[in-house]
Amino acid sequence: MAGLIGKKLGMTQVYNDKEELIPVTVVAAGPCPVTQVKTAERDGYAAVQVAFDEVPERKVNKPMAGHLAKAKVSPHRQLKEFRNEVDGIDYEIGQVLDVTQFEIGDKVKVTGRSKGKGFAGVVKRYHFRGKNATHGTPDRVRHGGSIGQGTDPGKVWKGKKMPGHMGARRVTTGSLQVVRIDGERNLLFLKGTVPGSSDGYITIVK
Amino acid sequence: MDATLLREITADQIKSDLPEFGAGDTLRVHVRVIEGEKERVQIFEGDVLQRRGSGVHETFTVRKVTQGIAVERIFPVHSPRIAKIERTRIGRVRRARLFYLRDRKGRAARIREKR
Repeated sequence: MAGLIGKKLGMTQVYNDKEELIPVTVVAAGPCPVTQVKTAERDGYAAVQVAFDEVPERKVNKPMAGHLAKAKVSPHRQLKEFRNEVDGIDYEIGQVLDVTQFEIGDKVKVTGRSKGKGFAGVVKRYHFRGKNATHGTPDRVRHGGSIGQGTDPGKVWKGKKMPGHMGARRVTTGSLQVVRIDGERNLLFLKGTVPGSSDGYITIVK
Repeated sequence: MDATLLREITADQIKSDLPEFGAGDTLRVHVRVIEGEKERVQIFEGDVLQRRGSGVHETFTVRKVTQGIAVERIFPVHSPRIAKIERTRIGRVRRARLFYLRDRKGRAARIREKR
């Protein structure tokens, strides 16, 4: 089934029917009008393209406006494709997908862009242990230690974990339980955390 | 981020029938204990060390000393597991967090009553 595009609104807590306090991420998901249906014969693969986040017409560029006008969909900020090869459900252009396709208790996968951490050291980036803070350790508390052997092999192995840029990449979190659905306001309440910062765009797939 | 929306969403979980209370007060917290099928009410009585957080996240810490053993419990203010909160004594304290009580015992750990 095609997923939805959404926006992370933030986190809060709700009580469930067992009176337990559940940490939830509130997501504004959909409504997503279908803008294009791709088929294996014509496009080489089967997919549904959906739009999200309605904006005034001046906010979209001409190619985007033209593409949306072709589908008779009002201007939106985001477009995303979902592969439709396995279940092959027939979608129609203009059809609107919303949160009603989910049910409470469903497990969903959420993909987003994680928060950027900049150039991070090896302790933060790969959870290296670092060194003792005491017992006479020189100024090497957060270093990664040795990066290899000696004259043989005489090189540093490829893929060696070292400091570098961390975050701001595509991250998928699976098995997030749908705790509550607000069909009126198009909100999904997912148990746990979702990649990225608040106001970030995410996709939700069952 | 739309903080107003998040507050609105959780608004129905916020209790409106709570008594006013804060650090230094003595409370009787009626806790609903669910054991399998049965449910009963247990009372936890002690001094409030702090109130922290806001909205649904708000919690308070209650400290009681029984037979020389101190027990502290942290309750979410708006938990449905709390049947009732009674304030039995209003304490006169000069700060919002009373962690110094942890280092004191007996007469030194008393809180003056507000009149």
